[in-house]
This record gives sequence, structure tokens and C-alpha cells, in this order.
Amino acid sequence: MEATPGDHAVDIDRHVRVYITVFVALMVLTIVTVAISRLHLSVPVAVTFALLVAIIKGSLVACYFMHLISEKKLIYAVLILTAAFFVALLALPVVTHSNGFWIHE
Amino acid sequence: MDIPYTVEVRRDTGLTNGKIGIWLFLASEVMLFGALFASYILIRTGAPSWPRGDTILNVPLATFNTIVLIASSVTMVMAWASLMRRRFGTFRIYMGATILLGFVFLVVKYFEYSHKFHDGLFPSTSNFLAIYFTLTGLHMLHVIGGMVVNAYFWGPGAKLWKTNPEWFTNRVEHSGLFWHFVDLVWIFLFPTLYLL
Repeated sequence: MEATPGDHAVDIDRHVRVYITVFVALMVLTIVTVAISRLHLSVPVAVTFALLVAIIKGSLVACYFMHLISEKKLIYAVLILTAAFFVALLALPVVTHSNGFWIHE
Repeated sequence: MDIPYTVEVRRDTGLTNGKIGIWLFLASEVMLFGALFASYILIRTGAPSWPRGDTILNVPLATFNTIVLIASSVTMVMAWASLMRRRFGTFRIYMGATILLGFVFLVVKYFEYSHKFHDGLFPSTSNFLAIYFTLTGLHMLHVIGGMVVNAYFWGPGAKLWKTNPEWFTNRVEHSGLFWHFVDLVWIFLFPTLYLL
């Protein structure tokens, strides 16, 4: 989003209302994260819930505070490439771990 | 010679050079933290046992720090919005609040770290603490880096507002993108280290 100061006062007012709403949502989700951890769920279930809430919170920050919801195509292309490499990076421990897909003991 | 495409967008990318530059930098940061998260997964899944974070770390303090960092993201984006509304005085207040909240985060982290050291808990104590200090230490360096840049825009760098307000607004937006990224990383660090 490339904008010019003073040109879109009404737009900015709308943005500010969204920022406040997102802030409240992030606060509520932070409380939800801590509350879920108090339930002492099994590790796989706890990891699933914790990551799910973290992904929702992260998406809110990225979409609204970082304006990704209305960005140019080139930024999306850079991020898709980054996401692909990021997933590959996280998958490396899984596929190279002993008794994983590639290494057998 | 003027730096090109600081205010006007390039026809081929539809973006200013600063915007594409900061996003490429953030992409490299994703890989940096991604490598450390991958290491964490590998070490944790390979360990015979792994402690729950809340048995070693202080969850109330970390929850407070999460709220502080999220609040600082809001004040950062409000600082940019103030410039878009051409309200420089309001920008200074919001940017000052962002820097102050970053400082609060660091003070809380100082108490957390010093308490661990006092209890004889160091990075060399266990794999969990090694990962904890590495990830939170690197994150803390990013907070300090972001605060230095924000302090520059709050202070001496703000002179640019008088001569080229559009460029200054873009620079604050780019600095904000970095700050939000630091917040985003913490959003994942908090449950990963403290709650699981």
C-alpha cells in the first residue's frame, strides 16, 4: 500500500478503527492462548491449539498492521517464495531425522 | 544525486524501492528465525524428555510482555496513521509510546534473565535453556534494533518531515513493518517456549 499523507483522511479513519478492533482481538487471543495451556492437554493437542491461535494472531498482525491484505502482487510473490522455503526448512528435521523418509537405522 | 523511487512508485514493481527492500529483508529474517525453529523441533523431538516451559519460565511476566509488544505494534501503526493525517505532534506521541513500550519489554526481559542466572540457569544448563536463551536473545536484539531506528525517526530523522513528508511517512511505514515482524515472531515464541 503506497499512500500519500493527507490524501485519504477518510480511509485512514477507517484503518484506525480496524487497528483498534485487531488490537482487542489480539488481547483476547492472548488470554485464550494462556487459558488453553492451563487445561494441561496432551502435547499433540496442546501444540495444535497453541499453533492455531498463534497463526490467527500472526495473520491479524500481518494482514492489518503490515497491510498485507491490500499489498502489491510482487510482495505476495516474494512471500509465497519465502513461505515455500520456510516450509522446506521446517520439514528438513522431519525428513532427515533417523527413521524418517531418507535416513533409516 | 537523489535516491530514486523513495516516494514515487516504480512502474515495473508498482512499489517504492524502500518497500520492496524491507520486504526482501523480512524474507531473510523469516529464514533466520525459521532455521532456529527447525533446530528447536529437531532437538525437542530427538530428546528423551522435554520440560514444559511453564515449569521453568515465568508465564505471567511473558504474558505481560506479549501484551506490551502487541500494544507497541498498535502505537507504531498509529504513528504512521498520524503522519498520513498530517498530524506530526500526534506521530511524536505514538512513536514515543512505541519506543517506551519496547523499553518496558527489555526491562521485563532483564528481570527474567537475571532471575534465571541467579538460580544458576544458563544456556549451558540444558538444551531447553540453550534454545530459550538463543531464540529470546536474538529476538531481544531485534527489539533493540527496532528501537534504535524508531528513536532516530522520533528524533534527528524527523527533520525530513519538513522537507519531504511523503518520504518520511514511507520510511516510518518501513520501520513499522520491521517492528510488526518483531511482534509477529514473539507471538510464535511465546506459546512455543513458555506454554508447551
